[in-house]
Amino acid sequence: MKILVTVKEVATVEDEFEIEGTEIAEQYLGADLNEWDDYAIEEAVQLQEDGIADEVVTVTIGPEECEQTIRQALAKGADRAVRVWDDSLEGVDLLDVNAKTEILSAVIEEEDPDLVLSGVQAGDDSFAATGVSVAENLGYQWGAVVNHLEHEFDDDDVASVRRELEGGVEELTEIDLPAVLTIQTGINEPRYASLRGIRQAQRKELDVKALADIGVDESTVESELDLTAMYEPESESDATFWEGSPEETASELGELLRDKGVAQ
Amino acid sequence: MTDILAVADHRRGELRDVSYEIITAGRQLADETGGDLHLAVISGTVDDFADKLNRDGVDAIHTVSHGEEFNHDVYTQTITQLYDELAPQYVLTPNSVNGLDYAPAVANQLDLPVVTDTIDLDNDGETLVATREMYGGKVETTNELTGGAVVTIRGAEWPAAEGTGDAAIEAFEADIDEDAVGSTVNGFEEVGGGDVDISEADLLVSIGRGIEEEENLDLIRDLADALGATLSSSRPIVDNGWLPKNRQVGQSGKVVTPDVYIAIGISGAVQHVAGMKGSDTIVAINTDPNAPIMDIADYAIVDDLFDVVPELIDEFQ
Repeated sequence: MKILVTVKEVATVEDEFEIEGTEIAEQYLGADLNEWDDYAIEEAVQLQEDGIADEVVTVTIGPEECEQTIRQALAKGADRAVRVWDDSLEGVDLLDVNAKTEILSAVIEEEDPDLVLSGVQAGDDSFAATGVSVAENLGYQWGAVVNHLEHEFDDDDVASVRRELEGGVEELTEIDLPAVLTIQTGINEPRYASLRGIRQAQRKELDVKALADIGVDESTVESELDLTAMYEPESESDATFWEGSPEETASELGELLRDKGVAQ
Repeated sequence: MTDILAVADHRRGELRDVSYEIITAGRQLADETGGDLHLAVISGTVDDFADKLNRDGVDAIHTVSHGEEFNHDVYTQTITQLYDELAPQYVLTPNSVNGLDYAPAVANQLDLPVVTDTIDLDNDGETLVATREMYGGKVETTNELTGGAVVTIRGAEWPAAEGTGDAAIEAFEADIDEDAVGSTVNGFEEVGGGDVDISEADLLVSIGRGIEEEENLDLIRDLADALGATLSSSRPIVDNGWLPKNRQVGQSGKVVTPDVYIAIGISGAVQHVAGMKGSDTIVAINTDPNAPIMDIADYAIVDDLFDVVPELIDEFQ
């Protein structure tokens, strides 16, 4: 079985930051492997270690700077990577779900995997829609918000999963392959890349493609959705802030707990 | 094309709260676009659901009787067929786990943009302005689009619709292609169980990412012991395997309503808040005075938990 994992480098924001126009000022931004994708990579690598997957390929939409993040995925055990980038993607404020769907679908069609694992959402734009959109676009089956995947496949063509619903309820579902599963955090424990893995990752294949290489028209990146404003949410706090030394604030809290009769 | 088609959410025979909230959101948009609000309720005891959903502001309810529980293929096929028949401008769905399992597919099939997890919507008759969060709630953004769209709405952002409506309730005969149904729901399971029911506790000491390392949990256990409190946590602690699933407070965990909830090192993501906002008194201990948890806290200590917690333990030992 061949598994493809979508990997995104997300922007992270410091606690204190400033907004310039519709963006967070660059100096307050960092970059990291999307948390949800980390779990997707781990699940794919475990399927490989269990002898179920023969090959794990990652695909990323992103500029050259994100290769360090892609190497993280390779260091954790993915076999090779594809990165798609194009001048027409530079300076796009918000790459919408449709654009991501077209680009990822083109790569997936070329790779023809049995299973696609994608993080439930990205930590930066939080759309949580790309995986399912890609599946529908390709005529694959899908499952959103998967927090358990059985590592025994029935004749390679049905995946048994649990979907994490709200309120502590899980749905037990069987999904025909090929399929896209969007992976929820907590499905496994993502590993740290070993030094050996990091060394090996440098030698693994990382294929770079432009939109034309995968047959996607540049106009695809023109979003119908226009990001028009970004601002910090207004604080609605009317909390009483206790001030003073830890001893003093702890004493205030202690008094409250005694008043409420919940602690002696 | 100014009508709205909103889709109800239900599970195991019960309509979910967001089904009434989506009526309010849909009615507001329909008023702004000058159109009708159509509601779809798919699978399960649809006639019973339709009676309950017939509240103020709903113009028509389309019932689709097909199977007991949610199946994304059935939903996707039905909604696209309803769209073809009704030609609404917007399809509104809950931003629930199930909403996210069909809304992007519906959008892709109808070749419409999808805007997820919206917390506010506004339409001036031409342009839709959707407000949503990015970077884990650190910023809000407005996003504009013209033309049609599939929009998912966050739960608890709009009030539930009330009153009794006079909607036309009609059965919609969806033509479901069974060969295209590629997934089967085999059942449900409650997670956790275990020794402790955090939803029964009067005093919860709840810990989040701020604890940093698993070893540091001992400090919070000591606090819970000293106070006679029950220990709970936000999602990352459970994801890390540091506490069992039955200790998780939040949208995908337990909903709790203790007399006092002490949130330690918890930033207060919306998914967490959904599980604990009903607590009688909320106390937050956090280094970040702007953390979202402060918006719902009654009392707050802006300080390092590793300095405050030992002092609190001392008080009660």
